[in-house]
Amino acid sequence: MTAYEVVFSLLGAIALGSAVLVVSTSNVVRAALWLVVTLGAIAGCYLVLTAEFVAVVQLLIYVGAVVVLLLFAVMFTRAPIGPATDLDSRNRPIAALVALATAGLLITLLVDAFRHAYTDLTAGAPGSAEALGGAVFRTYVLPFEVVSVLLLAALIGAIVLSRPDVGTPGSR
Amino acid sequence: MHLLFPLVLSALLFAVGIYGLLARRNAVLLLMSVELMLNAVNLDLVAFDVWLRDNLHNGQTLTLFVITVAAAEVGLGLAIVLQVFRVRATVAIDELVELAEPDTQPALPPDQPAAVQPGAVQPGAVRPAGPATARRPGLAPAGAVTLGAGPAGSDGAEPVDGAPS
Repeated sequence: MTAYEVVFSLLGAIALGSAVLVVSTSNVVRAALWLVVTLGAIAGCYLVLTAEFVAVVQLLIYVGAVVVLLLFAVMFTRAPIGPATDLDSRNRPIAALVALATAGLLITLLVDAFRHAYTDLTAGAPGSAEALGGAVFRTYVLPFEVVSVLLLAALIGAIVLSRPDVGTPGSR
Repeated sequence: MHLLFPLVLSALLFAVGIYGLLARRNAVLLLMSVELMLNAVNLDLVAFDVWLRDNLHNGQTLTLFVITVAAAEVGLGLAIVLQVFRVRATVAIDELVELAEPDTQPALPPDQPAAVQPGAVQPGAVRPAGPATARRPGLAPAGAVTLGAGPAGSDGAEPVDGAPS
């Protein structure tokens, strides 16, 4: 095991452990905070894989914006503060079975296909901001513009959906 | 580094996300599980991009776009969850079993004809009973449901035509 693999294994253990806690804890606010740990550990995994720009973007957008948004939603939907007993549906055994089957299926396929695949982790150039910026603004400039319009549409949609008079009778 | 490390981690994170999606009742926790699944996919994309040493950086660029679209999706999804909470006062998904709005008695818009049937009144779906009702394309023919029935037969509730007038 090289040093990269050891570090990646530890980060993966953190990410996986906190992900399991996200889906199993009985406290909604703590689930959001464990999600922060998960997303941070995945950003660390990106760093080990030399994708430094993606790691920083992950921290900025996911940890910095998405989790805050989720916490605001937790607050606005009057989620129980403290442990709650009714967060899990009755489907838990079947859900666990489906999850285990999915994991088994994916891991079998991946191990079978990539048993002898090794990456050469040379730092910097492939994952740098310069390389990715060049890719986004040259090769992917059209999807970039479309995503901008998508974000605008999502913003307007969220504003419209959050109006207090939407959904009340007589407002149409 | 062996490629299986990020790939197996991604598969396990995806499976954990699936468990969360199926087992949780709170809608916000569902969105958190969806975020877990999207992160698993991003990890796969980045791992393959680094392995293939892609000149066009397809994997990492697509990861950036997935992060952006996921942020937009979470924003809109939470707006919907908030709206549902405003109307139904719950975000537990197994309590949200009806698509229809709860029965209410709204004030009639002033330009509606007076041929209002007593009983359940759906907002915006008031129609004068009778075959002279103007039918928009795409609606079921009059004989199929109670649209063209006589005044005694039809009530104001239109299960087919729920659109606002």
